[in-house]
Amino acid sequence: MSLSDRLRRTAVWRSVFRQSHLRDDRSRARVILNNIFLHLHPVRMPKSAIRLRYTWGMGALCAILFAIEVVTGIMLMFYYRPTPEHAYLDMVDLAEQVPFGIVREMHRWAAHLMVVTVWLHMLRVFLTGSYKPPRQFNWVVGVFLLVLTMFLSFTGYLLPWDQLSYWAITVGSNMARSVPFLGQDGPGAGALGLVHAGNDIRFLLLGGRTVGANALLRFYVLHCVLVPLATVVLMAVHFWRIRRDGGMSGPEAYADVDRAGGS
Amino acid sequence: MERHVIDDLTDAAAGPGAANPVSPAPADLRRHAHRQPVCPRGVTTRRQWLKVAWGSLLAAGATVVGASARFLYPNALVEPPQVFAVGRPEDYAPGVDTRWQERFGVLVVREPGRLYALFAECTHLGCQVNWFASERRFKCPCHGSGFRADGANVEGPAPRPLDRAAVFVSEDGRLVVDKSRRFTWEQRERPEAFVAV
Repeated sequence: MSLSDRLRRTAVWRSVFRQSHLRDDRSRARVILNNIFLHLHPVRMPKSAIRLRYTWGMGALCAILFAIEVVTGIMLMFYYRPTPEHAYLDMVDLAEQVPFGIVREMHRWAAHLMVVTVWLHMLRVFLTGSYKPPRQFNWVVGVFLLVLTMFLSFTGYLLPWDQLSYWAITVGSNMARSVPFLGQDGPGAGALGLVHAGNDIRFLLLGGRTVGANALLRFYVLHCVLVPLATVVLMAVHFWRIRRDGGMSGPEAYADVDRAGGS
Repeated sequence: MERHVIDDLTDAAAGPGAANPVSPAPADLRRHAHRQPVCPRGVTTRRQWLKVAWGSLLAAGATVVGASARFLYPNALVEPPQVFAVGRPEDYAPGVDTRWQERFGVLVVREPGRLYALFAECTHLGCQVNWFASERRFKCPCHGSGFRADGANVEGPAPRPLDRAAVFVSEDGRLVVDKSRRFTWEQRERPEAFVAV
């Protein structure tokens, strides 16, 4: 008996991997169904629906880029301190003093790329009509994911704490002044006289009336905890719904599976 | 004898045709279809209890959400001072003075007969404007808005002239700027918006 066979017969191995052999379609399907990470995934896919020309691989690219953001982001958190005294210099140190400090550049480039791929993924789903019933709800989930991606990009933009990020967030957060009813300059705010610079939605975002230490800290918490958490939850729903809504859409969905006599 | 329907489940459980003397006739059922279940005095139905339970849970949840939102609005802020002295009126030569721009974000302007303080804040999206003496213009680096020395907008996307802060001369003769009171171009003739010199 080979070593690997003996390993497969141990109680530990058999407690982790429930099925022993990939004998047939059924046992292969069970590998997907019984695994917490793989079970989000459809058990089977029509060949025509996963052609690169059809999907552009955009959904998977978004997920891969998000994973890169998580890994590099956690690495950056070991050095970066979100205070006006330290933020910019910590970023400079990452470039000049930290071995493989290039993870910051990886984080930034993957972030830019992710915004692009999320848009392209949306375009592909639109062009192939994959938003149509029964996949309407997953389109809506995708729109929320797009908004979260943009918000991640926005909150991350302040963190280098240089001139570009400072004024970009000044401009971006001033747009929040004009939110109806919630912004100090928005329609409906003046009528009631209740909404002012000290209690409007811009204050909620910045933790103050100007972009300062509180804003940097709030953006850091949003960028590193709150928004990624929401994104992960919605990503899980998004992947799960692909399966629940009948798998990947395709030009001739499941035709090849049916021809092969699969069930 | 007066009949009481304890709740919907009791009847359903009895089933049609069950030998239950309190089970209402079909005509009776139709008549009571849209009525709340009747209950003997002092007995709480499942539905009543659930209403109270869900109501309490919602109220508790709303309280937590409200308190969490309030948590994000602190009672005190550490921000640059809003009221500050900027020297004496006679310190200022005619024209635009930029010496307080970096520290306080205001520009003191002297015209013949009056002195006032402009917010160095573009009225488009809030970037800090810079004074270019050779062109006699304020320019915004973000989107290219331009303003005259008196704050009037002359180019770019800015929708209105620069705002002015309240100014007054203190008892000891110093010029004081109060950024917490803001005056628009239309309000520039208000007595608080300038100091006569």
